[in-house]
Amino acid sequence: MTTVESVSRTSILRRGLALSPELFTGLAGTLGLALLATAGRVAVPVAIQQGIDRGIRAQGGPDLGLIGTIVGITAGVLFVTMISAYFMNVRLFTVSETALASIRTRTFRHIHDLSMLHQQSERRGALVSRVTGDVDQISQFLQFGGLLFVVSLGQLTVTTIVMFVYSWQLTLVVFAAFAPLVFVVRFFQRRLSVLYLEVRESVGAMLGVIAESVVGAPVVRAHGIQRRTAERLDGAIERSRRAQFRAQTNNVVSMSFGELAAGLALAGVVVAGTLLGVGGHLTVGQLTAFLFLATLFVQPVQVATEVLNEAQNAIAGWRRVLDVIETEPDVADPGPAGRALPDGPIDVRFEHVHFAYPGGPEVLTDVHLTVAARTRVAVVGETGSGKTTFAKLLTRLMDPTRGRVLLCGVPLSDVRFDSLRSRVVMVPQDGFLFDATIADNVRFARPGLTDADLTRAFAELGLTDWLDSLPSGLRTQVGERGEALSVGERQLVALARAYVADPDLLVLDEATSAVDPATEVRLQRTLDTVTRGRTTIAIAHRLSTAQSADEVIVVDRGRVVQRGPHADLLTDPTSIYARLYASWLEQTR
Amino acid sequence: MAYRRTEVGADVTSGKVLGKGLRVLGHAVRDEPHMFAVSVAGSVLFSLLTITTAFVSGAVVGRIVVPAFDHGRVATGTLLLGGLAILSVSLGKILGILGRRLGAGAMQFNLQAKYRRAVTRRYLRLPLAWHQRHPTGTLLSNANADVESAWYPIAPFPFAVGTIVMLVAAVVSLFLTDWAMALVGVAIFPALLGVNVAYSRRMSPRVALAQQLRAEVSAVAHESFDGALVVKTMGREASETERFADKAVQLRDATIRVGRIRALFDPVLDALPSFGTLAVLLVGAWRYQQGATGVSDVVSVTFLFTVLAFPVRAIGWVLAELPRSVVGWERIRHVLDAEGDTVYGETALTGTGPAALRFTDVRFAYTDAEGNGPDVLSGVTFEVPAGRTVALVGPTGSGKSTVAALAARLVDPGAGTVTLDGADLRELTQDALVGSTALVAQVPFVFDDTIRGNVTLDRAGIDDGTAWRALRLAQADGFVGHLADGLDTTVGERGTSLSGGQRQRLTIARALAGSPQLLVLDDATSAVDPRVEAAILAALRRADGATRAASILVVAYRRATIALADEVVYLERGRVVARGTHAELLETAPGYADLVTAYEKAEEEREREHAFDADRLDDGLDRASDGLDEESVTA
Repeated sequence: MTTVESVSRTSILRRGLALSPELFTGLAGTLGLALLATAGRVAVPVAIQQGIDRGIRAQGGPDLGLIGTIVGITAGVLFVTMISAYFMNVRLFTVSETALASIRTRTFRHIHDLSMLHQQSERRGALVSRVTGDVDQISQFLQFGGLLFVVSLGQLTVTTIVMFVYSWQLTLVVFAAFAPLVFVVRFFQRRLSVLYLEVRESVGAMLGVIAESVVGAPVVRAHGIQRRTAERLDGAIERSRRAQFRAQTNNVVSMSFGELAAGLALAGVVVAGTLLGVGGHLTVGQLTAFLFLATLFVQPVQVATEVLNEAQNAIAGWRRVLDVIETEPDVADPGPAGRALPDGPIDVRFEHVHFAYPGGPEVLTDVHLTVAARTRVAVVGETGSGKTTFAKLLTRLMDPTRGRVLLCGVPLSDVRFDSLRSRVVMVPQDGFLFDATIADNVRFARPGLTDADLTRAFAELGLTDWLDSLPSGLRTQVGERGEALSVGERQLVALARAYVADPDLLVLDEATSAVDPATEVRLQRTLDTVTRGRTTIAIAHRLSTAQSADEVIVVDRGRVVQRGPHADLLTDPTSIYARLYASWLEQTR
Repeated sequence: MAYRRTEVGADVTSGKVLGKGLRVLGHAVRDEPHMFAVSVAGSVLFSLLTITTAFVSGAVVGRIVVPAFDHGRVATGTLLLGGLAILSVSLGKILGILGRRLGAGAMQFNLQAKYRRAVTRRYLRLPLAWHQRHPTGTLLSNANADVESAWYPIAPFPFAVGTIVMLVAAVVSLFLTDWAMALVGVAIFPALLGVNVAYSRRMSPRVALAQQLRAEVSAVAHESFDGALVVKTMGREASETERFADKAVQLRDATIRVGRIRALFDPVLDALPSFGTLAVLLVGAWRYQQGATGVSDVVSVTFLFTVLAFPVRAIGWVLAELPRSVVGWERIRHVLDAEGDTVYGETALTGTGPAALRFTDVRFAYTDAEGNGPDVLSGVTFEVPAGRTVALVGPTGSGKSTVAALAARLVDPGAGTVTLDGADLRELTQDALVGSTALVAQVPFVFDDTIRGNVTLDRAGIDDGTAWRALRLAQADGFVGHLADGLDTTVGERGTSLSGGQRQRLTIARALAGSPQLLVLDDATSAVDPRVEAAILAALRRADGATRAASILVVAYRRATIALADEVVYLERGRVVARGTHAELLETAPGYADLVTAYEKAEEEREREHAFDADRLDDGLDRASDGLDEESVTA
């Protein structure tokens, strides 16, 4: 169990580092600088040994001149140390930040490339932390921990060598004092990797509860449930505090074993050193230097212990980033190998298409149909009948579990995304807007458009009056997610955005569900005019859309049960469509 | 795109940061005096023992080792005593480490928890108007990242305090040992402090910028993933990645600039004590030559400089974190000091039956912090008499949702009054308000909780029986009954495991479960079958054993819904243009007639065109049906 864990930790570290080949450019140079940088630390104890043995305790009284020379040389070494340390630090920062910026961007892009289902299976906050907090953890480790670790290793190596030169017996004493630490550190690392995971989970849960209390503030207010919400908040905050403190406690206890080892080492060196000295194997200066060296050995071991503990955090960060990057998008862009959609109007063909959400029942069953180019089709059915799934398969937000979808005879999975997304545009029911102006939002579809183009587009859609009623017209800020506008107004902007994209196949998924009937009817008429010559497929809740469509597709419990022009479908009064229509009339007359 | 920048925090470039930062630390000490005492005690113990280590080592070398070497023999007892002395100092240091780090950890995490609670409490009390002025992302980071950065310096703070004690003790002990070597210390220690202060000065603006950019990177990612569907369907992944990469590169450069400062100062801080050691060696040798000091003193002092090097860095850590801490603290204070809590009145409602709602000359604007903003509603006057149903109709963007929010006192009017049974909503107690009025919003909000939790919201007097009745009335009992765990099923973040229609019905059930005296439906029934809607409204109009009767204000477009209303209020651009029955308004309000008869008119027009088309263009239709012939509908 433990070996599996540590193997997977090493493998994560290996794969994590492999993500950033930049980290290894000039690694040898950095390590060389690190070695130089530690030289200064060892130089001081050596200077003291030389100073005491050959200077202060020189035969015939202290030799100040010699001590001056020793101090001068050591000061020079210290200067070299400082300069190498500067360059090493700069290198480390530059290299690691460059590598991490590219990991951030790559992960960001990869998240957008994941399929809609993948994206939705994660909390939004968790996705954001993949490109922020998780990468920051790695950066913390590389720059603080990683640097310290490299320096510590260098210091350990150099110190060990010098210690051996002075006295191999005392070196063994020091090693003996530190040997048990290896087991202690391993024990605590296993605990800490679990505890840090708990910390991150409890923090994630806490953020979720806080977000809920902020986003759901109107509901909290409307139902007066401040106390209940406060209790939930307190619980989550307390759980995260406890988890953090537990991890901290374990970290500190593990650290204190390092101090214990240091005490043992020092005491051991004094006792053993004195016995050796009495035997004439050691001078006072050598023993003093060794005491210094033992301290120099202790510090990096303690630092390395702490760094290794914190590495658990970074490894968790890497693991989460790798989770994303190593997830193959299940709805993938065929890329350059794919085909472009042929020019001209687009026709649609579903060939025995089935669809089920992972682990769920089938929501679409054996849909087999053709939509001719240039027709306006309405897809109707009750909520939960599978209408929206139909739209998502059509725009390749998802792939069918069985069967295939073809546009202009080309299987959708072969169509390059750049061709698909420029020719096929969907307007979802929730018309998400960016926190920018209306103009920025519409221009999102086609960045080159001028304000005049945008004004014209709104005019063509018959929305000039509405636009003029806004305080700053096109320059009106829409707020976060468009929330400064009403739900219906957001849908108007989203529709304009799709309209300027000028697609050959326009898919409207209840795109006007919150718009008032008069505006909707007006939009419908203008869309009918401006989309003439293209293929339009409208998923509709309001049957007014179906009435004006060339053809209606009726979906019921995942199956297409009827299709044809509105008038034809009504001929059988017992049909599902006739029932839907009767209910519609009841609502609207 | 010209995305709005999030506000930049406090001005941390000024020299006042040190003073402000120390005041923040003062708050921390006052908030957590016990943990602070524990950690400082631990730290001081550790520091003093660190100095003791130097002197014990020196003493052991001078009193035991040197005589032993000189005489070529050693008393085992004395030697073991020396070893034990060193070891027991180490054990004492371990105690110090535990006290210092556990105390500091407890202090830091307690403070974080305390201020997270305080900030979120404010969120619950501040009015929605305040919420609307602050982006969600800012509010989240106030409660999370800002609280964290405010208390970042707490981790090294007790260490730093202990180190100052240690420095003082070190200088004293140096003077007790030898004044000449003490002078080296007097030169080195202030230099260390000075370099540390210069370091934090240089770091402040750079760290603040990096922090700002980190927030911006996060904001871009958050928004972009929020709009992932739009990005995908418009094929804008590349341009979004560019937008993100741009910020990521800015962050990279800012962090590298921070790194350069660190790279410059860190080695200097590392080397200073070493230079001190060398100076002591030189001065010590000179003093030894004069016979003023012994070998053991020289060893002790050099050792002292070596062990001091590391703890002195703690002061630098605190100073380096102060700017970030000040920014975080000031952002927290912005929330804690925000004024304008929703103040509830003292009046309770006496009636238990349907309540009458009245708007009198109400004006409303969504204002910025300065109180500016265009009017969304002006001169709105209407009433929902007790037990009656009033439909609120108007074009998109005419202010209907704002009226609904005012009716439930989610916001207060800028002018005019909103009353319930004659009492101004602002005079009512919170219990009276939420006990009498229920609002179902246009976009359903579902908590990450069980179905039961979402319906009952732990309100008093709502048991499972009531919950099921409400679910049944909202036609949500069907799907809830099919869920594996029924009422105990958890619905995920924002109710992701439910469909939009299911979420809507759940929030309707939530409102009904409270047996309101006034129900406000803000276009909340679009996913509900009209027959269900009629059943809900009908049940609320007559009191029976299970349901209390209620007055109803319903925002609607559907004729079926409007038909159930006793009166219609027609709104246009924030003003009440007409009031009356549906039939009256059809006659008198042309805008209203256009709106509610839009579908019929469209159909009539279509029929006229069809008749026209049929005369002229039969081959046009043939073309359209060509494609349909090969269709095979598999049912």
